[in-house]
Amino acid sequence: MSKNSTPIRTVSTPAEGEAGKTGDWRSQTPKIDHEKCSQKDSCLLCWLYCPDGVISATFPLEINLTYCKGCGICAEECPRKAIEMVDDK
Amino acid sequence: MGQIEIITANTAAAIAAKLCRVQVISAYPITPQTPVTEELAAMVESGDLKAEYITVESEHSALASVVAASQVGARVFTATSANGLLYMHEMLHWAAGSRVPIVMACVNRGVGAPWTILNDQQDTIAQRDTGWIQMYCRNSQEVIDTMIQAYRIAEQIQIPIMVCYDGFILSHASTPVDVPFQDEVDRFLPSLEDRSGIDGKTPMNVNPLILSDPRPDANGVLMPGYMEFRYRLQQDILGSLEAIQSVDSEFQDTFGRSWGGSVWGYHMDDAEHAIVSMGSLASECTVAVDQLRSEGIKAGVVGVRVYRPFPSSQIVELLSGVRTATFFEKDVSYGYQGALAMDAKAAMYESKSRPEISSYVVGLGGRDVRPEQLAEATLKCVKGPVQHCWLNVSG
Repeated sequence: MSKNSTPIRTVSTPAEGEAGKTGDWRSQTPKIDHEKCSQKDSCLLCWLYCPDGVISATFPLEINLTYCKGCGICAEECPRKAIEMVDDK
Repeated sequence: MGQIEIITANTAAAIAAKLCRVQVISAYPITPQTPVTEELAAMVESGDLKAEYITVESEHSALASVVAASQVGARVFTATSANGLLYMHEMLHWAAGSRVPIVMACVNRGVGAPWTILNDQQDTIAQRDTGWIQMYCRNSQEVIDTMIQAYRIAEQIQIPIMVCYDGFILSHASTPVDVPFQDEVDRFLPSLEDRSGIDGKTPMNVNPLILSDPRPDANGVLMPGYMEFRYRLQQDILGSLEAIQSVDSEFQDTFGRSWGGSVWGYHMDDAEHAIVSMGSLASECTVAVDQLRSEGIKAGVVGVRVYRPFPSSQIVELLSGVRTATFFEKDVSYGYQGALAMDAKAAMYESKSRPEISSYVVGLGGRDVRPEQLAEATLKCVKGPVQHCWLNVSG
């Protein structure tokens, strides 16, 4: 029989960063204009749509760039055009 | 010695599942597998079998259900045929990758289009690269015995197994079967030890995204990459030939019957000409060999019981001493040849003494093939090799 020490099943513990630091996949970075996204009546559509759950639900909005893949959905959905995707150098 | 009953292979498979005390069954009816699902449903309804029977809308969901149940530690069973098996294709890979010890009865039927409900082995052969073990049965006795063996093997090495038997020829034909007693099966197959690690309290990801290279998990432990898991599967399925052999020997000690492990021979001791086949067709080949022997031809049968993992060294050993080897199979890899002949030829490349190899495709979609036709076709190959010929076909 096999002497392979690899476990037979793939399991992991649910935790932040369990799928790796996905921020290094990014080629564009979201920049928030905090003037346009006011704290009083903001919609949080970006938070709702973000597929990686890296946008804070508190104001001022913060994006966790360690895991943000730069997909741009937040910028696309923002009704006030308060998020701009900027090319990474 | 158990109780002799006159039953079909489908009933044998259903009784075997009950004897193995399966805990979760999920299956979608399809001809010729349907009676297996009906009989098990009746057993669960009457309370004779204490199991959860999950009715589903498709074969994909049937296999998904038993994968999930198996992942949390239940002994599970499903069954299918033909297009139903093809519909499971994605979940077949998922089951093998999840390393769950599922046993599935595959009642071999030709695949559409055009529709056929009759027998050939194209359905399971088309699933050979999914990481499952495939065992092919000659008769209903072998079906009931192989089912019981399959749970032992699958649970030992944590790889799912297809127990394949020919539609209608076996699935709907009643023959005497020695049905083992429950207490003997219980001794041979202890209740399943839960190795899932799932306790319902500690959250865990099962089959999470795995990247190409090993990398630390959230706790800093270095986790293998995708290729490491797949390499482990390949090593374990190759290594399972040993387990298949030892479980068959142990089965013989308990029940008095051996099915040859991965490969069986018939009159191979002094054979000069071998016929190689699988399933009920291989059984029919023994009748052809009896006829050839009566005509003075020293023929024998090599029956391939386990097709994946491919028992190459056993096949090479049996075929190295013969002058010719003639393959009969009920499948074809379209655009090349019969799958069994292809695999065996590749195995024989390793051997210095290679027989002349001929191959036939027979019996697709239930086309009848008789022992005397197999004998006649073999005689042709004794005189000179026949390359990939379709028997009993016009056009």
